[in-house]
Amino acid sequence: MDKKVLMKGTDALGEAAIRAGCKCYFGYPITPQNEVPEYMSRRMEEVGGVFLQGESEIASINMVLGAAASGVRAMTSSSSPGISLKQEGLSFLAALELPAVIVNINRGGPGLGNIAPSQGDYYQATRGGGHGDYRMPVYAPASVQELYDITMRAFDVADLYRTPVMILGDGMMGQIMEPIYVRERPDVEIPPKDYILDGAEGRPSRIVKSLILDPSEMEEHNWKLKRKYDLMAHDLPQWEEFMTDDAKLTIIAYGTAARIAKGAVKRARSDGLKVGLLRPITLWPFPDEAIRSVAKKTKLFLVFEMSTGQMVDDVRLAVEGKVPCEFYGRPGGVVPIPQEIARIIERYWLQKEL
Amino acid sequence: MKAVYTRPKSLKPVPNHYCPGCGHSIIHRLICELVDEMGIRGKIICIPPAGCAVLAYNYFDFDVCESAHGRGCAIATGFKRAQPDKIVFTYQGDGDMAAIGTAETLHAANRGEKITSIFVNNAVYGMTGGQMAPTTMIGQKTSTSPYGRRTDVEGYPLKITELIAMLPGAAYVARTSLATPAKIRDAKKAIRKAFEVQMAGLGYSLVEILSPCPTNWKVSPRDSYVYLEEKMEKEYPIGVMKDNTATKDTETSCFRKPS
Repeated sequence: MDKKVLMKGTDALGEAAIRAGCKCYFGYPITPQNEVPEYMSRRMEEVGGVFLQGESEIASINMVLGAAASGVRAMTSSSSPGISLKQEGLSFLAALELPAVIVNINRGGPGLGNIAPSQGDYYQATRGGGHGDYRMPVYAPASVQELYDITMRAFDVADLYRTPVMILGDGMMGQIMEPIYVRERPDVEIPPKDYILDGAEGRPSRIVKSLILDPSEMEEHNWKLKRKYDLMAHDLPQWEEFMTDDAKLTIIAYGTAARIAKGAVKRARSDGLKVGLLRPITLWPFPDEAIRSVAKKTKLFLVFEMSTGQMVDDVRLAVEGKVPCEFYGRPGGVVPIPQEIARIIERYWLQKEL
Repeated sequence: MKAVYTRPKSLKPVPNHYCPGCGHSIIHRLICELVDEMGIRGKIICIPPAGCAVLAYNYFDFDVCESAHGRGCAIATGFKRAQPDKIVFTYQGDGDMAAIGTAETLHAANRGEKITSIFVNNAVYGMTGGQMAPTTMIGQKTSTSPYGRRTDVEGYPLKITELIAMLPGAAYVARTSLATPAKIRDAKKAIRKAFEVQMAGLGYSLVEILSPCPTNWKVSPRDSYVYLEEKMEKEYPIGVMKDNTATKDTETSCFRKPS
């Protein structure tokens, strides 16, 4: 029986991973995500899993790679500067088609930046981030329950498509406490892992490799990956719509920014403005179709991000110029309150004579 | 007729790509002989490096997981922690082990990871064309130290094996050489011991093997073996530096203690 408990975001993340069958956690301390390795160091001992603090983010992601090649579910977590260091490993995981879950608790940047909630890593997360021609599913939860559910889902997606999967949150998402249902792992059929290395006993030896020196063979590998990414782009997009049916102005925001935007939408609605919210849950694949569908009924899109504007590019690509698309951003770790966004909504409402 | 010398079953029957005189093919053979003799083909996992020996998987007929440059010991750590019953070894060159992968190597050794590293030291970056390595000899000319390695500019040959021998997590540490058939036999003994140490769960084991790279040293294969014995073994004394097992090779075998 599912029970509802009060849980902090980072704890929910860790608990969901363990209940999803994550056998190994490797990570390196960095604020604001230290509660994840702390939680995992306690819980992995209890459930007989592996917790190991690596000597760096680079080592940690490669430990994940080793564990994934051996066939177990493995994860790591970090925050922006640490995720930059993990990019080499992400590229290799994508190339080797090994499943893994990577959590980025996004902080203010660039550089050392600060430890406040930010969405400045959108490009890095959704454009692959590491070198080479690859994609990676990216999930942006906006509540502790969703963080819990998405973490479970991320392990399944990683196994189903043999891919690294990123969960993109921020310090706010990690720190808030909300009542959640601690659900058991859903019954998802995972294909047999016939690629793992478990010793060549009674079978031909196996190789897990990404070195493909022949360009035409490498091209074929790239197309093979592309076919997989096309499949993901078809299967995986997830989003939430809030009061979009009659909205003349539709805000598009994800994660923490979407929570703030939702508050702003409610305020605007109480003032009689027909405003809605479209919240991408997957940032890659991006919910283009959902946005195109809303574009048929709304008059103006307002993209709100806690950055100088990154996702807005994807929105504009999806909208294809059919509806005007404005942007409002607060970078650097500033977290605006709903009233501020409500004021921006009101301004556009009057300016555009909606 | 009794066969006294055959290709190890674990060594794929294919021509290898290594240059004439290169030590990798000898070391590959030693490892494959041991995998057969110890009957561990079904348990052993190799993590090859970025470098000439990345193609080891073309020759090793057991499970192999490629690594990014220098990350071998981290990947081996993740693998072994997830599957403690497997025998996991990294096969690394000097740049992989002692430059870009120094942190991964030292920390894996310090944690006493139950893995083995076969460290092939030929004092140059081979695959990329003979650039200076952390282990390049003082005065040695390479494509990026064209005036010879100068200690005031490029620093000193890095003796990572000696560094690792100081760490409590390392249970067996030896340096060997391919300079003569007798030394090659010693190298095989050392690798066997290193695998046994891992299987006994004693901690990290490391075998450094001094190996020639005639192509990038720009000498004949024959001269490279002379250089190996007369020059490299002076800078890098061979012998067992550490042995935490009951039968200490430092006392019993043909190895002499490093001077």
